Amino acid sequence: MLPPDTLNVRLRVKRYNPEVDRKPHWQSFVVEGMESTDRVLDLLHQAKWFQDGTLTFRRSCAHGVCGSDAMMINGENALACQVLLADAGSDITVEAIRGLPVIKDLVVDMAPFFAQYRSVLPWLIPGPDDPGYGERRQSPDQRERFDDTTKCILCAACTTSCPVFWTNGSYVGPAAIVQAHRFLFDSRDEGAADRLEILGDRTGVWRCRTAFNCTNACPRGIKVTEAIQEVKRTILVRAV
Amino acid sequence: MQIHHHRYDAVIVGAGGAGLRAAIEVAGHCRVAVLSKLHPTRSHTGAAQGGMCAALANVEEDSAEWHTFDTVKGGDYLVDQTAARIMCAEAVDAVIELEHYGLPFNRTPDGRIDQRRFGGHTRNHGEAPVRRACYSADRTGHMILQTLYQQCVQRGATFFDEFMALDVALVDGRVAGVVAYELATGDLHVFATKALLFATGGFGKMFKVSSNAHALTGDGPGLLYRRGIPLQDMEFFQFHPTGIYKLGILLSEAARGEGGILRNADGERFMERYAPTVKDLAPRDMVSRAMLTEVREGRGMGPDRDYLHLDLTHLPPEQIDAKLPDIADFVRTYQGLEPKTDLIPIQPTAHYAMGGIPTNIEAEVVLDAEGTTMAGLYAAGECACVSVHGANRLGTNSLLDIVVFGRRGGRAMASFVAGAEQAPLPAGVEGDVRSRIEAMKSGAGGEKVALVRTELQARMMDLASVFRTDTTLGEMAGVLGELRERYGNVSIDDTGSVFNSDLTEALELGYLLDLADALVVSARARTESRGAHFRDDHPKRDDIAWMRHTLVHREPDGPPRLSYKPVDGGLYQPLERKY
Repeated sequence: MLPPDTLNVRLRVKRYNPEVDRKPHWQSFVVEGMESTDRVLDLLHQAKWFQDGTLTFRRSCAHGVCGSDAMMINGENALACQVLLADAGSDITVEAIRGLPVIKDLVVDMAPFFAQYRSVLPWLIPGPDDPGYGERRQSPDQRERFDDTTKCILCAACTTSCPVFWTNGSYVGPAAIVQAHRFLFDSRDEGAADRLEILGDRTGVWRCRTAFNCTNACPRGIKVTEAIQEVKRTILVRAV
Repeated sequence: MQIHHHRYDAVIVGAGGAGLRAAIEVAGHCRVAVLSKLHPTRSHTGAAQGGMCAALANVEEDSAEWHTFDTVKGGDYLVDQTAARIMCAEAVDAVIELEHYGLPFNRTPDGRIDQRRFGGHTRNHGEAPVRRACYSADRTGHMILQTLYQQCVQRGATFFDEFMALDVALVDGRVAGVVAYELATGDLHVFATKALLFATGGFGKMFKVSSNAHALTGDGPGLLYRRGIPLQDMEFFQFHPTGIYKLGILLSEAARGEGGILRNADGERFMERYAPTVKDLAPRDMVSRAMLTEVREGRGMGPDRDYLHLDLTHLPPEQIDAKLPDIADFVRTYQGLEPKTDLIPIQPTAHYAMGGIPTNIEAEVVLDAEGTTMAGLYAAGECACVSVHGANRLGTNSLLDIVVFGRRGGRAMASFVAGAEQAPLPAGVEGDVRSRIEAMKSGAGGEKVALVRTELQARMMDLASVFRTDTTLGEMAGVLGELRERYGNVSIDDTGSVFNSDLTEALELGYLLDLADALVVSARARTESRGAHFRDDHPKRDDIAWMRHTLVHREPDGPPRLSYKPVDGGLYQPLERKY
């Protein structure tokens, strides 16, 4: 392992505190002595802990599995704990993800996002057969079929990168479709009829214009657009 | 600051695996609220990787009895054996139930739940490693968390997301309510409730190098400790062998279960010397000690000779892609290395608290050696100590613990509230919390939370982690005295109400300091080495003096007081621990 480079970073954060501000404004921080292997989350922590404690953002696991710290970094949605300074550079802008109401600084109201999640019936709807005391059988191929969409951590990076969602908040959005996909292609699930009716509705998959922003934004590397296309095809096939 | 009042039959604090599993059990039986300082799916259960053991015997012969034996031996005989027997017996049912809930386990060619090897899990009392861990790639915890949350959503459980519990009301020896701080508004919420279950997870953020999330600050044990509830076996804190060097990010033991090897600076597979039978799959306490022994003896890597290597380069690349995709990505993202061709720098990372809030097998909180309970108070998961992990937890048994004892706690709570009345909740129970918050916001001492916390983490790592002596622990006790004094002089920048994480970080640090103190006092008294607690000045296990659980009690004035509680043995006599 090579020793990391040391760098001084100019961090610009779009800030908004409803108790003080009438509208959002940009604030600049200069954080010295960072290392190229540090994460943007480390940078935010340095700014908060040692320069301005009012700087506010969510975070928890700090390694890309909990989904707390989705934000727009240099204009693209990402998890702050997954972007290294080596990649983000020494002049970094950070703002809240778009399309959800800002509570404060980088913290948005996730309630509309989770409401969309709940709307697609995100739980296994099994068939009527009682599996008894044993596991249901599922072949490795059947399991593989929906593997990609099981990775979703509900960070909202995809949904809040979607131009359709920005203009129409009633669109169910890529994350909810990913969640539905995870069950639609699970051989054990028989809730397709209900879920497809919801997703085939005016606020469902047909809103998608395949901009691919969601796929680019996904910190888990899920092929989100492809999943949405698969759901569209399933609706069409069933309609015939 | 507004005060809001709520009334529920049962309140669950914490929405990781244990809290959610309890909620499933209670929902539909009574009015239940689930409080979490995070959105539930952010909970650290989601970071668990490798698997959940159960003797399904899907791929080779196995039995719950063997699993029980391994758990007891792995815990260096400090395990309460009835609890371990129950956990291992109910493990099979727990896994099948998760499958029925939709958990996407990896499968065998004939469609059954696949199983793989994990540290300390053996065939027939130690003959050889056994394939016992049920898994979903290397994101088993993620799938458990998602699946349990899905089941709660389906059942319409009531969640209070981003509500941080800060105090309990215990009246005449029973639960009356809980006080929580709402992050979005800064308001306080008083929940009157008949029953209260804590499932707040661990407190690994007291150490510098840790696999734990920032949220893991021990709020549940911390606030109960301040209200007179003792904590059990706090000296036993697990260091996981394979943390990413410096960052501490977990690289699952499944990496070794799939055939990965630990190597020192000479390229030697050093675990052959320490555990000739199971080698790299020895329990975590032994592997972490072996690694740091290698470092002490000069066989570490790097300019400071302070790390070792995890070697996956001999594994078929497709096996890494299929079985270890996430940890391979962590290595690529955070170390810039390719695990298929590069050796991975690793060091032990603070991972899991074996100790916590003492409970019995129904997840009822117990207060003393006689097993006296407090009506309506429950705890499950990492914040609890039942004690199925004893002095050292086996890999995968944490996911098992949260599901089995979350379920048992939920069930016990549902049956309790059916026959219980709400205890009268005194007016003004939120007063203490309100004063704490106001004091913190008006603190003018100028001390910084981050500096105190960084110092705590660094010194705990140096003085009270894998190797300890009376001298290092004594020094740490002194450091904690100074840090507590500095904590009293903390000032925060943010005096607002909306999402004040400056404030919540300061409150969390208070719990970490209290729990570190409980750990150090408990560890200093235990003059033996057992499981994860290793004393260089007392390197042998001493069953005559120390086959007992520690209970540490917070004293309002003066240092914590210690008492002890017998171990529930009976099935297995203590043997020397060899692998």
